[in-house]
Amino acid sequence: MSQTATRTPSPLRKNTLTKNQLPKWAIWAVLAGSLVLGAAVSSLIGFHVVGWALFSAVIFVIAGFLVTLSVEGERKAKDRFASNMIYAAFIVALVPLVSVIWTVLEKGLPGMTSNFLFTSMNGMTGVVDNETVENGTPVLGGAYHGIVGTVLITFWATVISVPVGLLTAVYLVEYSRGGPLSRGITFFVDVMTGIPSIVAGLFAAALFGLIFGPSTRTGFVAAVALSVLMIPVVVRSTEEMLKIVPNELREASYALGVRKWRTIIKVVVPTAISGIASGVTLAIARVIGETAPLLVTAGFVNSINFNAFAGWMTTLPTFIYRQLMNPTSPTNIDPSAQRAWAAALLLILIVMLLNLIARVIARLFAPKTGR
Amino acid sequence: MSKRIDVNDLNVYYGNFRAVEGVNINIEARSVTAFIGPSGCGKSTFLRTLNRMHEVLPGARVEGEVLLDGENLYGPGVDPVTVRSQIGMVFQRPNPFPTMSIRDNVLAGVKLNNKRISKSDADALVEKSLTGANLWNEVKDRLDKPGSGLSGGQQQRLCIARAIAVSPQVILMDEPCSALDPISTLAIEDLIEELKTEYTVVIVTHNMQQAARVSDKTAFFNIAGTGKPGKLIEYNDTPTIFNNPSEKSTEDYVSGRFG
Repeated sequence: MSQTATRTPSPLRKNTLTKNQLPKWAIWAVLAGSLVLGAAVSSLIGFHVVGWALFSAVIFVIAGFLVTLSVEGERKAKDRFASNMIYAAFIVALVPLVSVIWTVLEKGLPGMTSNFLFTSMNGMTGVVDNETVENGTPVLGGAYHGIVGTVLITFWATVISVPVGLLTAVYLVEYSRGGPLSRGITFFVDVMTGIPSIVAGLFAAALFGLIFGPSTRTGFVAAVALSVLMIPVVVRSTEEMLKIVPNELREASYALGVRKWRTIIKVVVPTAISGIASGVTLAIARVIGETAPLLVTAGFVNSINFNAFAGWMTTLPTFIYRQLMNPTSPTNIDPSAQRAWAAALLLILIVMLLNLIARVIARLFAPKTGR
Repeated sequence: MSKRIDVNDLNVYYGNFRAVEGVNINIEARSVTAFIGPSGCGKSTFLRTLNRMHEVLPGARVEGEVLLDGENLYGPGVDPVTVRSQIGMVFQRPNPFPTMSIRDNVLAGVKLNNKRISKSDADALVEKSLTGANLWNEVKDRLDKPGSGLSGGQQQRLCIARAIAVSPQVILMDEPCSALDPISTLAIEDLIEELKTEYTVVIVTHNMQQAARVSDKTAFFNIAGTGKPGKLIEYNDTPTIFNNPSEKSTEDYVSGRFG
C-alpha cells in the first residue's frame, strides 16, 4: 500500500471533530418563513407595515433559536439568539435616524428653491402666502437672512471659543500639574457642559444688558451665549487630544534645547491638530442648532443684517421656530411650513458639510505615514 | 568640540523618594562611558540629570553639582534650555516627530527654535548630520518623506542625526538599542565608535557585551533593595570592570551570577 492511500480518509469513518450544522440557506429560509407568518398574523388584526415588521421580527428571533437548538445544540442557539437581539437593537436605533432624514428630505426638498436660498422674508405678508395657496403661484420669501445670521453668529462664537478653549486645555495638560486651580477648572468645565442653553442665553442677555443698557440684542450677544455652550466642549475634546500626544515627543523637543512654549506650539499642537479640528467641528455642530438662547439674545427680524454688532438677527433655527409658531399667513400655513422644512434640511446639510470639512482637515493635518 | 563632565555628590529625588544617592564620577571628553546595572538602579535617572531632563517630570529635583568643563549645570541662574542645547540626548524608543519629514526632523533643533538658516546651509547641515549618523545613503532620495516611515533602526539613527545637528558637546544615549534588532544595533554601535572622535558619549545599556564592545570606561550602578536609592558601585576602565572588578557585586553582575 502506498502512503497516500492511508492518508485518504475513509468515506465510512466519520470525522469526530464535526458536529451537526445547519446549511447556509437555512437561516434565510427561516427569515422567509417568518416574513410570511408575520404577514399572516398581522393581517388578523388589520394589516400594517409596522405590525408586519414587528411580528416577523419576533417570530424570526424565536424560530431562529428553536431551529438552531434542534440541529446545532444549545450553545449555538444561545449565540444565534444573542446575535439576533443585537441586530434588532441596531435596527431600532437606526429607525429614528432614517425616519428623520427621510421626513426632512421629503418635506424640505420642495422648498429648496433659489427663492428660498437667496431672498429674505422682508416685505412678505400673509397676503403673499394667501395668494400662493389660492392661485398656485410659487412660494415667495426665503431664509437668506437666516443663513447669514447662522453663519455670522456661529463664526463669532467660534472665534471666541476656540482660543479660550484651546488655551485652557493647554494649561490643563501642559502646565497645571494637577494643582487646585486645574481641578477647579475641570470641575467648572464639567458643570458648564451641563447648563441648559436657555440659561447661557439669559446670561449673555443680562451681561450685555448691564453694559449697554437693557434689551441689547445683536448677533454678537448671541455669539457670546453660544460660546458659553461651546467652550466646555472645545476644552474637553482638546484636552483629550493633547493628553494622547506621547510624552516622548515633548522630551525629544526639550532635549534639542527647545523651550516649553515652542514645544507646545510646534510639536504638541501640530501632532494633535487633526483631533482638535474635529473636536471644534463637533462643538460647532452642537451650537449651530440652538434656538432658545438665540431668541433671547439676537431677537428676530425678517430682513437681512450683515452686521453682528448692531441690530437684531435671525438664524435658521429661530427662522424655523417662527415659521411654525407664527406663520406668515395665519389662515394659510402651508407656505410657512414648507419654508420651515426647507430650513431644517438646510441646517442638516450645513452640519453634514461641517463634518466633511472636519474630516478633510483631519486628513490634511494628520501625522504623515508611508515610506 | 566636546567637554568633560564631573559630578560631585549628586542626589536625585522624585518628590521625597531618593532615587540615586551620592554619585561622584568624572567623564572624560571624547570618550564613550557606559552605565550598566540592574533595572531600577537609577542609571537612566542619573543620565537624565546630566542635561537637566530629570526636572521635566513633576516633583523631580536634584542636589549636588554637575560640572560641564568646570561650569555647574545646577548653578543659580542657569537656563536648562541652554544646557540641553549643549548636551543632546537619544532616547530608548526612536521618537522622530510624526508631523515632519526626514529633512525637517534633522533640522528640528534649528527650526523649532526659529533660527534663520539659508536653504544651502540647511541642505549642508542635513547631509552632514545624516552622514554623521550613517543614514545619508539610505534616505538621500526621500528626504521629504515622513520620518515615521523608516524602520526602527533607521528612525533611531535619524534621532541621532537630529541630536548631532545642533552640534552638542555631549551626547547622552538612554538604551538606544534596546528596541532594535542585532543588525541595527551593530549600525548604531559602529556609529558610537565614530561619534567618539568628536563628542563625549554617555550610554546606558542593559547589554553587557555592548558595554564591553563600545565603551572606554564603565560605571556599575546597583540598588540595595526595593525602595532604597541606587548607588554608583564601581567606575573604571571597561576591561578592568569586566575582567578584574574590585567589588564583589560588580563581579557577580558582569559574570551573570546576579540575583
